Parts: sequence; C-alpha cells; structure tokens
Amino acid sequence: MAEAKLNRLNLAEKDYDGAPSTMCRGCGHDAISASVQRAYFESSIEPRKVVKLSGIGCSSKTPAYFLSQSFGFNAVHGRMSAVATGVNLANHNLLPIGVSGDGDTSAIGLGNFCHMMRRNVNITYIIENNGVYGLTKGQFSATADVGSVMKGGKVNDIPAIDLAELAITLGATYVARSFSGDRKQLTPMVQGALAHRGSAILDVISPCVTFNNHEGSTKSLKYVKGHLDPIHDMDFIPPYENIEADYDEGTDHEVTMHDGSHIILHKLGKDYDPTNKAQAIQAIHGAIAEGRFLTGLIYYNPDRKEFAEELNLCDIPLSELGQDMLQPPREALERINAEMMK
Amino acid sequence: MDTPLINDLNICVATENGSGSASSNNILFKAIFKMGIPCSSKNMFPSNIQGLPTWYQIRANGDGYLSRKDVIDVMVMFNDATAAKDIYRVRDGGLILYDDSTPLAANLKRDGAQYIGFPANKLIAKLVPASPLRVKQRNMVYVGALAYLFGIDMAVIKSVLEDTFGKKPAVIESNMICIDAGYQYCKEQNFKQNIARLEPIPDGNKGKIITEGNTAAALGAIYGGASVICWYPITPSSSLAEAMEYYLPRLRKQVDGKKTYAIVQAEDEIASAGMIAGAGWAGARAMTSTSGPGVSLMNETIGLAYYAEIPCVFFIIQRGGPSTGLPTRTQQADISLMYGASHGDTRHIILIPHDMNSCFDFARQSFNYADRFQTPVFIAMDLDLGMNLWSSEPLKLNEEPYDLGKRLSAEQLEEWTKAGKKFRRYFDQDGDGIPYRTVPGNQHRLASYFTRGSGHDGDAKYSEDEHDYKYILDRLRKKHDTARKFVPKPIIERERGVKTGIICYGSSNEPVREARDRLKARGLRTNHMLIRALPLTSEVRDFLAEHDTIYFVEQNRDGQMAAIMKDEWPEFGTKIVSVLIYNGLPATPLEVVNQIFAAAQSAKTA
Repeated sequence: MAEAKLNRLNLAEKDYDGAPSTMCRGCGHDAISASVQRAYFESSIEPRKVVKLSGIGCSSKTPAYFLSQSFGFNAVHGRMSAVATGVNLANHNLLPIGVSGDGDTSAIGLGNFCHMMRRNVNITYIIENNGVYGLTKGQFSATADVGSVMKGGKVNDIPAIDLAELAITLGATYVARSFSGDRKQLTPMVQGALAHRGSAILDVISPCVTFNNHEGSTKSLKYVKGHLDPIHDMDFIPPYENIEADYDEGTDHEVTMHDGSHIILHKLGKDYDPTNKAQAIQAIHGAIAEGRFLTGLIYYNPDRKEFAEELNLCDIPLSELGQDMLQPPREALERINAEMMK
Repeated sequence: MDTPLINDLNICVATENGSGSASSNNILFKAIFKMGIPCSSKNMFPSNIQGLPTWYQIRANGDGYLSRKDVIDVMVMFNDATAAKDIYRVRDGGLILYDDSTPLAANLKRDGAQYIGFPANKLIAKLVPASPLRVKQRNMVYVGALAYLFGIDMAVIKSVLEDTFGKKPAVIESNMICIDAGYQYCKEQNFKQNIARLEPIPDGNKGKIITEGNTAAALGAIYGGASVICWYPITPSSSLAEAMEYYLPRLRKQVDGKKTYAIVQAEDEIASAGMIAGAGWAGARAMTSTSGPGVSLMNETIGLAYYAEIPCVFFIIQRGGPSTGLPTRTQQADISLMYGASHGDTRHIILIPHDMNSCFDFARQSFNYADRFQTPVFIAMDLDLGMNLWSSEPLKLNEEPYDLGKRLSAEQLEEWTKAGKKFRRYFDQDGDGIPYRTVPGNQHRLASYFTRGSGHDGDAKYSEDEHDYKYILDRLRKKHDTARKFVPKPIIERERGVKTGIICYGSSNEPVREARDRLKARGLRTNHMLIRALPLTSEVRDFLAEHDTIYFVEQNRDGQMAAIMKDEWPEFGTKIVSVLIYNGLPATPLEVVNQIFAAAQSAKTA
C-alpha cells in the first residue's frame, strides 16, 4: 500500500476526518465537506487551532463531519454569525469556520449575518445554498429563484436574495461563489478564504437531492450544472511555495493574501478585477438577469481591518487573561469612591 | 402654626423632561447630602426626549429612612400640563411653590395648602440673555427659593456647583446668579413656612458616596474581570453598559497599548446573547445588560447556554411590562421570566442585589458563579436600584481570587491522561452535577469536543437516546441543587418569639425596613428575610417553617417569587400572604403597612 501523502505538519488527509456523515446519499453538502477537509490539509492548518461553528439545518450539521480534532459549536438557528463574533472577541487567534444554509443565513439569521459582515469579523463562512429547507422537508427558502417550482408544484414568486451581492454591499472582504460539485474550484477558494483575515463569504450552490432536484427547480443538479458561469479558474499557492510555475503574466490575475499566500485567477474570457466593487456587483446583476450562476472569487478587499484589529484587542486572547490583568487595583476603586463623595 | 420638623422633608419637583430640571434637582439633592442629612432621590421620568411630565422627589430624613415617601410635603409646580393634578399630590398643610410671573389660574387653587409664588420667568428674563439656555436656568430659581425657605446653605450649593461644573467657571456663575435670585426674592418677601427646617448634621454623611446601581454594577463587572461585553440599548439598562464604556479605559490595564476588553453595541438583543454565548464558550468572562423585552428576545440563546453549559452573565434591569409597558418605571416583574428563561426544563441562578454594595459585589461575583456552574447567571436589578441616586457606604472590594471553576488547561489534561483519567465534557465526574470543560485554544489532543444545543451524551456526542437525554437533564437539575449551597444566603433579622415574618428582595428592602418600624410602632413586631438569590436556600425554608404568617412584598402583580417558593415548599404555601406593589413607582412603606394591616384585618374577620 502506498504511504499516505503528508502535509507540512506531517498530517495525512485522514487526520482531518470527522464523524461519518448523516446527509442523504449524493447530497452536495458532503462534497463541500470533502473540499473543506482537503483545503485544510493542503494548507497545512493545525486542526486544534480551528473552531467550527454552525446554526441549525442540514448544512449546520456538517461541521461534525470534518476536522474532529477541532472544537465545534452547533448553536441555534440563524445565530452563528453572532456566536462567531463572540468567539472572535474572546480569542482572535482561533481560526473560525462557519457552515450555514440558505435558510439559516438568508432568512432567520439575515440580520446577524449582515452585521457580522459589516464588522468584518474574521471567519470563513460557507453557505451551503440549495434554495430549500431540507430538514423540515421541503419549503422554499429566501434564495429560491422566481419561477422555481417546489416538488408539489408550488411556484415561488418572490425574488431571491443574492447572498454574494449582499455580502459585497455590507462589507465582507472576500466574497466567492462556487458549486458543490466543482471541487477543483472550491478547494482553492476555501484555501483562499482560510488565508484571509476578515469576513470571507462563500456562497456554494449545493443541490438538495431529496427536496429540490426535480424538473422546474433552478437549484437542481442538472439545472445548476447547465447554468454555471465561472469567471476564472483558481489556484491557491501557499506562502511557502513559488508562484511562478502557475502564473502567466499575460492572462492571469494574482491576489496576494495577508499571510503571504497567493490566489492565481486564470482568465476565462473578459478581464475581471475582483477588487473592483462596482464591477463585482454589476457582474452579479448581469448573471442574475441571464439566469447564470456566476462562480469564482467575485470580490476581494485586502485593505479593511478585521473586527478584532479594529477594536484594538491585545495580542493575548481575552480568554487567557488572568486576574492580574483583568482586576483593576484597589486604589483605583478608592479614587472612584472619593469622586462619588462629591 | 405647627413647629417645623427638623430634617424630615419630602419635596416633589414637577417639570417637563428636557427642560434642564435634572441638573437643578441634582444640585438640590447633592446640597442636602453635603449638609450631612440622610437623603434619597427618586426620578419618575417619561419615555420621551422632551416635553412630557417628569417628577423628581427628594426626601431628607434625619432618621435615615431613604425609600420613596408616600406623602409629599412640598410641590414645586413647574409644569402647567400636570399642575391641576399636582396641587392635590401635596398633603394637607403642605406647600405649593409656583412661578407667579403670571397670575395663578383659578383651577390651580385649593384649600388646605400654602402657596408661595416667585416670578422665576421674570427674574431670569432680567438675568439671563435670551437664549435656549434661559429656559433651563429658570429651574435654578426654585433651587434658590427652596434653599431660602428650608435652610439649605448657599455656600454648600456653591460647592456642589463647583463639583459639578468644576472646569466651567462661567456655568457655575450663571447658575449661581439664578439660584441667588430665587433666594433673595424669597428673603425680600419674607416668606415663611412651618413644615420643616433642614439643619446640617456634622459628619452626617461622612465617608458616604452617591451613585446609581447601574454604575456600581458596571464597576463590579469590571473588577470581576468582564472582558467581552455585548449589549443593545434599552432603558433602564443602557447606563450600565455606558458606565463600563466610561470606566473601562480608565481602569483596565493595556497590553502594548492594546485593549484587554471588547465592548460591542450589538444589532439586537438576540445578537448580544449570541455573542456572549460564543465568548463564554471560548473562555472569556462575557456579559450583557438588558431589561425585560431584551430577555424575551434572548430566550432561545439562554436555553442554548444552559443546555450546552456555557458561562455568561446577564444583567437585567427590570422595568414595567408586559410588552413595551412602562420603560422608564420600575418593577420586579421579570423574576419568573429569568428563573425559567427559555423553552424546556430550565432553572437559572439569579443574584438579587438590594443596595449599591451588593450591586457591586454581586456583579463581581456573578462571573465566578457563571464559571463555577458553567451556566447563564442573571443579576436581577430594577430601575429604582439601577437608575436612581442612592447614598451608600463606599464600594468595598472583596479581593478573593477569581473562581474559574472546572476548566482544564492542556497541562491538567495531560496529568489526567497520565493518571488514566478521561475528560468527559458532560459527565458528572465529581457527583456535584458540574462537569469539567476545556475551552477552544487548548492544544491538548484530547481537549476538543463538539458543543451543541441538540441532544448529547456525557461525552458530548450527538444522541437522541432516551437514557442519554434524561441523564443530562437530571444532572443539570443536580447542578442547580449544588448551586443552592453556594449562592448568597438571605439576610435574616429575627427576634425570638416573633411569629410574623416579612420577606422581600431587591429594591423593596428599604421601604420594608421603614414599614417594619412603623408596624412595630403600631404594635406588630415582625422578623425579616431579605432574599438575595435563586435557587432558594435552606435558610429560606427554615424561615418559612418558623413563622405563622409571612407577608411577602414584591413589586409585581402576580407574586412571582412567592409562586417559586410555594412551588418549592407547598407545605408552607398557606402561610404566605403576598403584598404586591405594581404601579411602576418605587414601593413606599405606607403601601406595605396598609396592605399588611388590611390582610391582618381580613384574616381576623374570616
């Protein structure tokens, strides 16, 4: 038997395994978990520094299915964004990944999601987007497209929320879209998100094979595959590797990450600069109008500080500060008492 | 005419909010305090920015009774909108002060009260140039009038102005001119009253401070090590978080010029609760402050923190409910909401301070309880305690070490592993219902676990198994029972042979103290128990057992704490007579006395 490939931490990909999945057979979410696991392995990230967060729903169960050596927190419906914010405040040295669904993020959790991005909280936030509530057995979510048909024939006539567009507007600093079945694109995209400090939002179309995979659905496997519109091919180059081998000056766009790693975007047609906010939003609008799923790194802003940095938190995690650092001296209280005597 | 009482006076100032009266009332109150006379203030303000009625009561009492007094001796009638009612709020023989720049309307005259008018508007028109400030300075005139009539030393008033506006000599001077005008006018007119005289008590308030419970609690939280503070503005709790914003930069050390705390104004209370659950899970001392509507919104997350066993602290400053209710008035009506917050079987630890020092100390200790019991902890305060000014002994710091509870470091976990002992997150290893925990960042290979609000077993694995589920629920109950032995015990005052008891908690303590003296003067001796925490401790049970009749004073309609007590010890249920005050105003001793006598009377005739 060939020896398993080891990464720079001397860990094999199986060291990033989680518990066996309980998703339906063929579920897109499992493919995403596999890409996530591969991304951690390829980027040689210490699993014990990672924290996995989620809300409620099928997608929110999946953090249990990768990186069992990491702490995990499956919270309440729609509140992962808030919980993640608190985790970041308590210990900004942790590497948080959040997995959510379209119901969890775009409906019940929309408010908290918006404010997390507004603060640019450091997190890799993956939305496993299938346009449907699976765990409650097939109701439309807020990302279901107009005209999409439910299993029983019901037609959705309310416009979808485009989470990538929303993320760009509200201040997220790494916004990408992919498809669960496109492991080649998704893995480097997740690696890029993990290397980014700030809110990295990945809207991953992940067909629900049980409740939303029929004729008439715009999130079925067949429909999605037929309407994918990649902006570019992606390669992720970790900081310790040379980028020249993969980079072609004529046709490629290079993105340098905070930790010194690079994403190489191989042009597929038109020029696309992911740091141009207006162009990014325009591109999304164009794709929506034509019924295409725009995929790739849609927007990237390396300049904005993440929340913990914006708050000027000390390097030691707040969770590790002892009484000597936290309790002010007695004399300070005596001074306050004296002021209160006036 | 009667001889004036010495140092026994209750003044009510009726104004509009936003008219600057907060400043004049504050000066008046602090001047009386500085004279050494025990005094208290109760601000009854509207949920509004400008133009609605507000009343501010200042009570000076040489005997040291500081609750809101039921009888008003002097009404400063400075709000036309409420004047017709305000004249009847004064007791018979009381005094009404008014602005006689224009003649008193016929409907504002009543018998049995003395009227003294002074032309505040006309006086300031002469003294203050026309500006928006002029309206505000009008209120300073009544400070001067009251100073002359009741004997408040003008030099003391001057010194309070200096304390208040120290760096702005022009403000001190312009205010002093208006105060002096009121004083001089009353002196020239030779006005007299025979209600009361305020006389300085040398060293009377020596060493005492004036503060609000929200400030005391904010300081306690800072001394208790709060490092993640997430909140959403809501009256009457906002000033607690704002006091932390004010004091944290002054008090907390920095590391390399960086902060050792995070204070975040969240987008709503659901988010504040989520954030502190996340921060508590990750090992920080995390807290929020809110009031009833906020607790309603936080309920789901509170249940998560209870079931997933996450330390976090909730400061609840109660106001009048249900719904928006009376946002700027006081109540103790969220006791049941807090005790059983969230769906399913839950029971929470609640600390209930009753004065400034317990606000400070319980706030500090709350983080120890949260860490020790790995659970949400509530501090149940109310608007009266939180937002009114109270005179108090200085805040006392208990310097005992922080209790981080059963939190295993990587080193400890390694020792366990070597000793063949297994870390099991949700398993009762010590028989006290409290499990061990690790926090993210712990790099030991056996430290991590998966936290969830769904069913789990002793090893934190997902489980829908009936035995696993019941095991966790039973252990949580056991943990709650363990907490019973550690929460603050009630303060009991008892005399042998007395068979009537009074129970109260929180801000009811001060009116009950005075009520008991009045009852005693009328022949009814009572013992007293001040409850300071939930779950109820064994001392509470003993007190119930020892007495034949127990009057339970609460500031809510349904006797919420009495219900918890009856549920706990139904055998004593028939002894408990609820005394309930729930009009939104701070409870008064008269209400307590009247309800107790009425209940005693009906018990006799029954």
